[in-house]
Amino acid sequence: MLRVARLLAAKDLRIEARSRIVTNQVLPFAAIVMVMFAFALNSDAVVSRVAPGLVWLATLFSLLVLVQRAFAIESADGATDALRAAGVDPAGIFLGKAMALAVQLAVLEIVLLLSAVVLYRAQLRLSGVVLLVTTLVAATCGLALVGTLYGGLAAGVRGRETLLPLLLLPVVAPVLIGATRATEAALGTGGAAVADGWPWVGLLAVFVALFGVGGTLAFGPLIEE
Amino acid sequence: MATPKTQITDSPAEYSDTKRAPLGRVRSTGTPFTRTIGIATIVSMATLAVFGLVLSPADVRQGDSVRILYIHVGTVWIAYVAFTVTAVSSAAYLWKRTRSLTWDRFAGASAEIGVLFMALTLFAGSLWGRLSWGKFWVWDARVTSTAFMFITYIGYLAVRGLGGSHQQRAKRSAVVALLAVLQIPLVHFSVKLWRGLHQDSSVADRTHVTLQGLMLFSLFVSLIAFSLLYLWLLIHRQRVLAMQDALDDKGLDYALQQRRDEGDL
Repeated sequence: MLRVARLLAAKDLRIEARSRIVTNQVLPFAAIVMVMFAFALNSDAVVSRVAPGLVWLATLFSLLVLVQRAFAIESADGATDALRAAGVDPAGIFLGKAMALAVQLAVLEIVLLLSAVVLYRAQLRLSGVVLLVTTLVAATCGLALVGTLYGGLAAGVRGRETLLPLLLLPVVAPVLIGATRATEAALGTGGAAVADGWPWVGLLAVFVALFGVGGTLAFGPLIEE
Repeated sequence: MATPKTQITDSPAEYSDTKRAPLGRVRSTGTPFTRTIGIATIVSMATLAVFGLVLSPADVRQGDSVRILYIHVGTVWIAYVAFTVTAVSSAAYLWKRTRSLTWDRFAGASAEIGVLFMALTLFAGSLWGRLSWGKFWVWDARVTSTAFMFITYIGYLAVRGLGGSHQQRAKRSAVVALLAVLQIPLVHFSVKLWRGLHQDSSVADRTHVTLQGLMLFSLFVSLIAFSLLYLWLLIHRQRVLAMQDALDDKGLDYALQQRRDEGDL
């Protein structure tokens, strides 16, 4: 199963590396969202106070695009059907797609975080680095798992573009809450202490565990048709 | 007429929990049982109106706005019951030994009713909130996760409407319903944690007052009245869904057969 997952993830990442859709379209989209937030909020003080939340909001919006993309490459040539016909374990497909999505999300989050430092004057601090990295890893895993799960459901059905956000955004609300608070603690936004962040990482970990198990079980029935 | 008009007379148990009329003759989803429930619903709703609006006293602090709660508590109760029924029916569908599209239709019917009553809950609740707290909305954990639950089940209904065969719909939506069960406590817990750290007073605590006498009784009537209404709606909606499924499956055959019969004349 893990070998299947690794192969699938490598395949997805190779496609992304060659097509450059993520770098040429999704990253610029995320960047413009960050700029638009500043337009809407129109205050340096407010923007730097809410920078962590904006980073994660932009991540969620980009997640929707990335998930659509991840399953568009599968359903376009009936690749999912071919995989299933080849007897590939659905759990392996699930984990593989999630791994590839996680790598893309991680790149995106780092870019967004750096853009927050540049645009919103968010401060990185050394004492919060461990917390920040842990938060990034946990939140990325959570988003990738849930995104793959609901992306697989919406793939290949009519109206998937509108269905995916409706299904996905309510589910990832805990990630938005947890990751934002933990990032605030890591950056010290609004005077938050680093120690305040760890309970939120705990929340993210619970999320990852639940949807990791739930998703692995549910993905098979969802794509079987 | 030499050849009798062909009727599709098979009424597989798949489509009907009542096993009565053949397809094409079913005119009503009512049975004596549902009619009894319907009458009981009307009677109990009238009783609720009398107790809620006339007999029960106004609250010392909330005044007459407390009467909204006789609706609010009833609707939220139904919404929770409905979503529980959806989850249980979905699990029953997924479990191979009890797999039947009837479970799927109960899950769908129940979710529709749940969404309707969740909307009523949020509506009545925000009116009550405006009167009691001066605001339509508070970022209370319970209120917020209720709204999330509402959106989640709207998503569930959208998944049901995706098309494909009945079996595809049933399996897909059953999985989504069970994922919702995973999601809702998590959202509630995280919103609670979120509010906790903001150190806002939890408005929910203020509703924990002791109810007495007629008020408690009115609330009790409300629960009974709304439960009966739910049961009535659920059974009828399930039957309508069964008829829709039957129509999808047999409708074309039936129409073709009718045209053929015309040709025979």
